[in-house]
Amino acid sequence: MLKTRVIPCLLLRNKGLVKTVKFKDPKYVGDPFNAVRIFNEKEVDELIFLDITASLENRKPNLKLISEIASECFMPFGYGGGVRTVEEAQALFNLGVEKVILNTAAFENPKLVEACARLGGSQSVVVSVDVKKSFFGKQEVYIRSGTQNTKMDPALYAEQMENAGAGELFLNSIDRDGVMHGYDLPLLRKVADAVRVPVVACGGAGKLEDFSQAVREGHVSAVSAGSMFVFHGKHRAVLITYPSQEELARVLP
Amino acid sequence: MVAIINYGVGNLSSIQNMFKKVGVPAVITADLEEISKAEKILLPGVGSFDHGMSKLTQSGLLPTLEKKALVERVPVLGICLGMQMLTRSSEEGTLPGLGWVDAVTKRFRTDLKIPHMGWNTLEIKDSSSVFKDMDPTESRFYFVHSYHVVCNHEADILAQTSYGCCFTSSLNKDNIFGTQFHPEKSHKFGMKLLKNFGDL
Repeated sequence: MLKTRVIPCLLLRNKGLVKTVKFKDPKYVGDPFNAVRIFNEKEVDELIFLDITASLENRKPNLKLISEIASECFMPFGYGGGVRTVEEAQALFNLGVEKVILNTAAFENPKLVEACARLGGSQSVVVSVDVKKSFFGKQEVYIRSGTQNTKMDPALYAEQMENAGAGELFLNSIDRDGVMHGYDLPLLRKVADAVRVPVVACGGAGKLEDFSQAVREGHVSAVSAGSMFVFHGKHRAVLITYPSQEELARVLP
Repeated sequence: MVAIINYGVGNLSSIQNMFKKVGVPAVITADLEEISKAEKILLPGVGSFDHGMSKLTQSGLLPTLEKKALVERVPVLGICLGMQMLTRSSEEGTLPGLGWVDAVTKRFRTDLKIPHMGWNTLEIKDSSSVFKDMDPTESRFYFVHSYHVVCNHEADILAQTSYGCCFTSSLNKDNIFGTQFHPEKSHKFGMKLLKNFGDL
């Protein structure tokens, strides 16, 4: 039987890994290679790396760093951050990146989604959708690391990105990022029910039961988390962990 | 030496990285001389069937590959689209496949989400060759595909997997092997399989 994918989401800033709260206050949590080695040993289902300042700083993907990470990754590996052209997507695929994740560029140029899908197949193109409650209390899609409101409705935007050729959607709640009190289930359900492609939930996971809730009540196909896999205990000591297959099998379909 | 055939399709470095990790010498190559000398052939592939077949034809490597596979009979492993290309045809395209195995490739007919993407288990029919020393209850492999292989002879089915229906997730006919999953993305389970292939 197909297992629900559980995906650590790691944030790159300069050359180190960080973890944010509500997309702010990045805390250094270690060296990416070390993290990849540990996640390899723990046999994680998949890994996602997001360079969280690339678009803000108008930087291209750091191919050298990504290539070094890819050569240590014996699991599917997605990269996002600063990808703006088909050529950059091709370079990433060539390095061994399984999935290219588009966020700001997908909003500004939906044709890029289609072009990348033609290149690597739609399963290799993920559009990341960052959602935040605006000043008026409405949930809207944000770009540029959560700094710019597009005023788009998340479900409507998800449909548009599916039609543009995205094979998967990475749905991140900015308000829940790093909070560890559970996913935004109504948001997950609203988006997952609006599209046919798999939706990966991110933002808010603090315990294993949150994963099963996201699947059962949020209707998502896969779950992702950051803090849960890099912090330990209430003082948020840095510790890279991943549940065992037995623990996951107990809570997940 | 394993020749990982570079015909312009798919990401080959992860396959080479994993061979390196398990100590099997492997090169990524499109060089006729290098392929002629290879002891084993790895046929990778992602993307659509016709794209893969036309790229392989355009590469000019086909006569050499056929000689290696069908005359010299060196071990050949097709991965994902590479496995589907070993069959006679695919519902995904109109070009003929290599036809090295008497099988066809069909689209999934299920209400479940397509592509079949993620980690799934296998029911292994023969654990003497590439699945040697693998625990089928613990082993899991990474899949991503919308089409699957249907063998015309049950004896060619090496492993089956369930997704809506039961499909052939690995095949073997004489020296020809195929895996629908990606061993290079399947942790120690994939490492074991590539090591076993290297040891054939």
